[in-house]
Amino acid sequence: MIELKNVCKRFGDREILKGISAVMETGKANLIIGASGSGKTVLMKCMVGLLEVDAGEISYDGVPFSSMSNAERKHIRKEIGMLFQGAALFDSMTVEQNVMFPLEMFSNLSYRERKKRVDACLARVNLQDAHKKYPAEISGGMKKRVGIARAIVLNPKYLFCDEPNSGLDPQTSMLIDKLIHEITVEYHITTVINTHDMNSVMEIGDHIVYLYEGRKQWEGTNKDIIFSRDEKLNQFIFASQFLQDAKEMRQQELLNQRSSNHNF
Amino acid sequence: MLLTHIGRYILMLKGMFTRPENWRMYWKEFMRQCVDIGIGSLSIVLIISVFIGGVSTIQTAYQLVSPIIPKSTIGQVVRDTMILEFCPTITSIVLAGVVGSKIASELGNMRVSEQIDALEIMGINTKSYLIFPKILAALLVVPMLVVISGFVGIWSGKVAGVVSGILSAQQYMQGLVLDFKPFNIVFALAKSYTFAFIISSIPAYFGYHVQGGALEIGQASTKAVVISCILILLADYGLAALLLKSS
Repeated sequence: MIELKNVCKRFGDREILKGISAVMETGKANLIIGASGSGKTVLMKCMVGLLEVDAGEISYDGVPFSSMSNAERKHIRKEIGMLFQGAALFDSMTVEQNVMFPLEMFSNLSYRERKKRVDACLARVNLQDAHKKYPAEISGGMKKRVGIARAIVLNPKYLFCDEPNSGLDPQTSMLIDKLIHEITVEYHITTVINTHDMNSVMEIGDHIVYLYEGRKQWEGTNKDIIFSRDEKLNQFIFASQFLQDAKEMRQQELLNQRSSNHNF
Repeated sequence: MLLTHIGRYILMLKGMFTRPENWRMYWKEFMRQCVDIGIGSLSIVLIISVFIGGVSTIQTAYQLVSPIIPKSTIGQVVRDTMILEFCPTITSIVLAGVVGSKIASELGNMRVSEQIDALEIMGINTKSYLIFPKILAALLVVPMLVVISGFVGIWSGKVAGVVSGILSAQQYMQGLVLDFKPFNIVFALAKSYTFAFIISSIPAYFGYHVQGGALEIGQASTKAVVISCILILLADYGLAALLLKSS
């Protein structure tokens, strides 16, 4: 569980995060959504310690993280896996070496044990035949999957994904979402995802935090979002007529489901 | 602005000195950098050394027109100019271009594509893991390249002299051993260590602190090479004034 208490961040005169409080729950996909410039990426960078908060506190399972020094954070950082927007794979290494890197750096496993673990992680993300390829030789979707494999290779307790669907086609996006959700449930980890992909919101949004101009505007699940009366959220999520129609259909579907459950 | 850069540069250097997370990985990175900087630059160092040596012999002969100056003086002059100035300084300026731009663009690309952030999140001190091995490798390899450059330059001076009929091999060899000061070697090595530090740390600073995209990587790379070259020339003057004046 990751707890944010009144987190504030400013760059010069610009206040980016204005007192955000939320709880990212374990075993769930926690989505941070919002328009470009709403502070999603800054919030995630504060959560992983790439940026320092100006006020407030971020704690990991009750352990205060933001007030720690870099040296003290090291043991928590070893439990964090992160998938970056562009996957951030090391260009000079093959896929296998990329996934093996955290193991080489932080574990005392033998080469055979490391190889076994890497093979298992790559198999988990359905990449059995790309071991010897370099990042430049694989597609965007494959890069994301290698990024996920690298993020989970040390069995992290916390997984962060920054825009996992950006630049991917809808089908690959869904595969990545499904994979992240499965891993979250399977390993029972706290997953935080930054996205503005509405498919992701509706498919895997176990817990959603909507940011608007640096403030938490709305919080709930992907089922609650359908019935939300928050104007700003509705404008953001259901921006097009097509999406509004889809929302109404889904609303009706859920209401029917509820009434049939009552009758039963 | 300048003070900000100096402050950040010092903080970067200070930040490199932490206990490595895994010695074996740091050693691997150090060896990779030695190969990149050393083997990767060897061919260009050999080429410039051959031509500098040859040209030095021909130009010295052109200027020494007096019949009372023995031909062997050409060998002596070429030896001293190669050891004192050409090998350490010209080689380092070329390396500032070759190695410096490579270091700046490599780190800049890693910064822009979030590879440095990925390492930070893993709990790795990126200054220590990415910059320190580069500086150490340069400190080991650049003086070696300067020594190789010295041997090749002096040898090519002899070949150029003999082939163009300026002097005989024997006369050249006589000049080489005439009034030789071993301190000159110490001076050349002192210069090469100083320049090695400049051509690795300055580009590392500019590459590590890149913000933006491909355009900014290119700008950082150019800035790194220009500033490294200026600092090499300043250090060259400073070392000559300090060490040669007193000797």
